[in-house]
Amino acid sequence: MRYGEKVAVDGLSLSVGRGTITAVLGPNGAGKTTTLETAEGYRRPHAGSVRVLGLDPIADRHALLPRIGVMLQGGGAWSGVRADEMLRHVARLHAHPLDLGALTERLGLGECGRTPYRRLSGGQQQRLGLAMAIVGRPEIAFVDEPTAGMDPAARRTTWELLGELRDAGVTVVLTTHYMDEAERLADRIHIIDHGRLIASGTPLELTRGGDSATIRLVVTKPFPPDAPGSLRHALGDRVDVTLLDELSIVVTGPADASSLAVVSRWCEDNGVLPESLTLGQRTLEDVFLELTGRQLAS
Amino acid sequence: MSALDLTPRPGAAPFPRMVVAQAAMEARLMLRNGEQLLLAVVIPVIVLIGGVKGAEHVDLGLSHRPVDVFTPGVLALAVMSTAFTSLAIATGFERRYGVIKRLGSSPLPRSGLLAGKVGGLLAVEVLQVAVISMVGLLLGWDPANGFVGCLLAVVLGTAAFAALGLFVAGVLRAEATLAAANLIYLLLLAGGAVVLPSSSYGAFGRFTEWLPSGALGGAMRHSCLDGGIAWRDLAVLLVWGAAGTFLTARTFRWE
Repeated sequence: MRYGEKVAVDGLSLSVGRGTITAVLGPNGAGKTTTLETAEGYRRPHAGSVRVLGLDPIADRHALLPRIGVMLQGGGAWSGVRADEMLRHVARLHAHPLDLGALTERLGLGECGRTPYRRLSGGQQQRLGLAMAIVGRPEIAFVDEPTAGMDPAARRTTWELLGELRDAGVTVVLTTHYMDEAERLADRIHIIDHGRLIASGTPLELTRGGDSATIRLVVTKPFPPDAPGSLRHALGDRVDVTLLDELSIVVTGPADASSLAVVSRWCEDNGVLPESLTLGQRTLEDVFLELTGRQLAS
Repeated sequence: MSALDLTPRPGAAPFPRMVVAQAAMEARLMLRNGEQLLLAVVIPVIVLIGGVKGAEHVDLGLSHRPVDVFTPGVLALAVMSTAFTSLAIATGFERRYGVIKRLGSSPLPRSGLLAGKVGGLLAVEVLQVAVISMVGLLLGWDPANGFVGCLLAVVLGTAAFAALGLFVAGVLRAEATLAAANLIYLLLLAGGAVVLPSSSYGAFGRFTEWLPSGALGGAMRHSCLDGGIAWRDLAVLLVWGAAGTFLTARTFRWE
């Protein structure tokens, strides 16, 4: 998939199981939306093939569209339309829509039903977008960054609803750059970066790294030069040490409680004052860091 | 909390139901918007009353009573404002706000979206014709029996201006569409022989006859003043409609 000369998504091969939640995880600009929009039939791949429910998203558009629900990353409603009116309109385009009262209540859209779209908050617009995606009772729901801009309560409601959709037999494909969202919701995660698939698996498969653990060290003053190298040496050269920014370092590999003592001693020897020093299991963030040498969240 | 049954049960609504829903939505949004309502009803009514009253004091050299000349002209103006200006502006902003993209992933096919737009336009035009005709009749309008000719003129005029409006909305950004659609409307109102007949424009009138505005105004006046059907004007509208459709089909992008 290309935009002019720029290759947005390249050699990406992934499949999604029915009745599961699949997360496409990656930083901004990784090609998540392009991937999704290719499956939704908005974009024609320059090479390769896409099949959704066994159908070609472009050639079999009319057969496919009633069966999928799409939540765009933003917009998608007239500025002057009222929230309930917009949802009712989308419902009318379907043969067996969800009960609108129950749906708006579930998503907390009841009190803003009469509000014009342009005056809804970002989170309300997101929830309305999700409602529009599922009101037609689709077999597959494609949701692009469903919780971007939502407050924590709305995020939880959205996560619960996506889980219920899966339990009801709906296939959910979501993009996100929140690793906690992917880790918590998804049955399967595909991590993409620069339009390429760099890892796939269940959350457990991706974060399980044998005896691998992660130590995070945050300090009050910038590290001395070659801090990563000297810390790695102190830990016995069996670990990866990555400087995230001038105030934080991540150690990954076979680390345990005694490694914490080594790090702490290294701080003392090098005149570095730790602000926090933690030991934890690998997270998707660490997986991404290991694979790309960069942080997922900006 | 009532139960929410999320089990998949997909399906498109029957095509006619989708088109009616889309048309009702388009018409509702058009009438809710203050500027659009101003353009659709208020300005035409002001032009009608102002024109008729003004002609009592200024001799415009009209062949018929002013109210009989102005009312069909203002009806033509109303069609132009809705089918061209309102449609172009609404479509421009629909592209901007991703509405067309959103509907593109709904079961409503593009033919249904277009049919819905046309239905919405016609609904608004019925309202406009009712209001303007009422005001005209109150001012003493006495139309000839030219119903078929008027109907043909409204339909072909709507088709021509809608095709041109979609062309503008499809190639320009939303703000540029807003400006261009209003500017063209004002230019045609002033110099397009829509409200006043081409004969009032002197030598320039030979040119305005070939404009979609002049043809629509001419066809409406012909049928309302003398009865019958203005074939030449209708042919001009048909050509503009074909040209607009060709250009729109070549250039329009849904996003």
